[in-house]
Amino acid sequence: MYEHLETAENRDSLKRVVVDPVSRVEGHGKVTLLLDEDNKVQQARLHIVEFRGFERFIQGRPYWELPVLVQRLCGICPVSHHLAAAKAIDQLVGIDPAHLPVSADKLRRLLHFGQVMQSHALHFFHLSSPDLLFGFESDISKRSIVAVLGEYPDIGVQGVKLRKYGQEVIRMVSGKRVHGTGAIPGGMNKSLSKAERDYLLEDIDQMIDWAAGSVALIKKVHCSNLPYYDEFATIRSNYLGLTKADGALELYHGGIRAKNAHGETIMDHIDYCEYNNYIHEEVRSWTYMKFPYLLSLGQEQGWYRVGPLARVNNCDYIDTPLAEAARVEFKAHSNEAMVHSTLAFHWARLIEVLHCAESIKQLLNDPDIMGHNLVAQGEKRYEGVGVIEAPRGTLFHHYQVDENDIVTKANLIVSTTSNNMAMNESVRQVAAEYLSGRELTEPLLNNLEVAIRAYDPCLSCATHAVGKMPLQLELVDADGKLIDKLVKHSDGQIERENA
Amino acid sequence: MPKPVLLFGYGNLSRGDDALGPLLLEHVESHCSLDSIEILSDFQLQIEHALDLENRRLVLFVDASVAGTEAFDFTVLEPARDKSYTTHAMSPAAVLEVYQSIKKQMPPPCFLLSIKGDKFELGEGLSANAETNLAEACLFAERLLDNPDLDFWLKQARLHDSLLRADLNQSEAGVWKEAATS
Repeated sequence: MYEHLETAENRDSLKRVVVDPVSRVEGHGKVTLLLDEDNKVQQARLHIVEFRGFERFIQGRPYWELPVLVQRLCGICPVSHHLAAAKAIDQLVGIDPAHLPVSADKLRRLLHFGQVMQSHALHFFHLSSPDLLFGFESDISKRSIVAVLGEYPDIGVQGVKLRKYGQEVIRMVSGKRVHGTGAIPGGMNKSLSKAERDYLLEDIDQMIDWAAGSVALIKKVHCSNLPYYDEFATIRSNYLGLTKADGALELYHGGIRAKNAHGETIMDHIDYCEYNNYIHEEVRSWTYMKFPYLLSLGQEQGWYRVGPLARVNNCDYIDTPLAEAARVEFKAHSNEAMVHSTLAFHWARLIEVLHCAESIKQLLNDPDIMGHNLVAQGEKRYEGVGVIEAPRGTLFHHYQVDENDIVTKANLIVSTTSNNMAMNESVRQVAAEYLSGRELTEPLLNNLEVAIRAYDPCLSCATHAVGKMPLQLELVDADGKLIDKLVKHSDGQIERENA
Repeated sequence: MPKPVLLFGYGNLSRGDDALGPLLLEHVESHCSLDSIEILSDFQLQIEHALDLENRRLVLFVDASVAGTEAFDFTVLEPARDKSYTTHAMSPAAVLEVYQSIKKQMPPPCFLLSIKGDKFELGEGLSANAETNLAEACLFAERLLDNPDLDFWLKQARLHDSLLRADLNQSEAGVWKEAATS
């Protein structure tokens, strides 16, 4: 591992290189590299200036506002925050998951599959311009990907339409394209009408075909240059996520499972309401983001990865046939018990798209989604925890309320926070393997972006930012003097500003 | 058939001045005839929004911005791919590029009305400066929507962005005009 690169011993004598995407608000990422006189990387850190104010935003509000309010936390995953909050609020109204009406449970699952599908489909679209996902430092990797893509001329269109279909699922279940209110305390606001069900059924077989094609595509891309894809930014980590009671892949509700880098179980079937007994968050002075870790392993060894790679690694099987076959192939391609390749996040993500499409079809053919018993009632409680597998990983919502139903305490652990240490590790790996002792060029620094992008971090939660995100590279000597500066504009043009 | 003019405002109502886009839409809804105008809003732009551009004669994106010194800016958009490391941000130009990529044709004429904002903190309301800027931008948007004509909008864009857009060549305008009238 590369923890030794987190803090250098002789920082004052080092040159500083800053990779700073300039956005207009909070939510930008920055990679700081400290180099010694020989341009060897002595320190590497990923700063994500993000995730301030979540709890303050929620505290003081009546709990029944939260399912709508928390959607404003993230413009990409509003449904995930909506459902995590709803699960926590179910408990506040005295409803445990097992007592949620069957129709409400299945409608929420349908909503969530639509959400994960539309979010992941963005990556499918980005495959059509592979430098966005993989970057190109070498001509060899470029040639292999372009050759593979030649067999899939319509993937851009398919990616857009897969995403649009996921949005349509959300619209049908929640009643609105954005800012819908599908889930309410103890259940769901509405069921699906027959017309809505039939509308979604019209295209689902096409979506499954395209999703299966996306898995075949990413497998070819990955296997087109296995040494590169299996080794780039690869780190051996623990993995955490929800699974069903029988060990199957689970996105909506299950117990917490964690495995180590060798595939050995660290903990399993943990009630997520007890997450505080198993997961702690460490604060470090140089970043706003916390570093969650497994208490049983401690701060140094207990960090873990969440998200598609963790979920597909952790589960024993997937309960839809095409996605399960894809999972078996995925696991078999590696010689290890767990697939550690950071770029394999993309492959795992598309296996989940296929699983979502298959699961949506199953649910659309289940009459329970048109049922009318949608809300359960119980005795008020003062604390609730909701956990869900959001597209980017495990998402925790934890609330306490007073006798007036006002939220007095809120704690959120979002998936990008859980992946914080892992992203730092990948950045350090890339810095150590690709940048040490070499002159700084845009293609080299692009490798850092490729590593970060694999995790698809949530950087601008619900502020859309400027969208262009030019990249500034600055070289500063030990006295703080700027000695070189590269600016990469959004159109790819590079501008050098010598000091 | 969709309405010929699309007004697309994006931003987050709970993030201070980021709400400027959606708030302008609220103003238009209550002050303008919507017979030929469709209003759409979202937190942020995404690839599937390219499909919302289909069969439009004119498209106006409305966004908050920290760039510029004026209350608002009005510019012509051209397709351009984003090269970002995150899927959490997309520019309107990139939406046009997606349209061009999947439809294999030029997008309809698209414009960006960007309103200057200062504060974007979660849970904050609109800043005083942004309120003033929004009022000016609303009046301007009313004029645009009362005159849904490509030449009029192009002229306004030149006036508001003369330095940047002064060299807009006539052939480019001709392509848009053809798309707008087809």
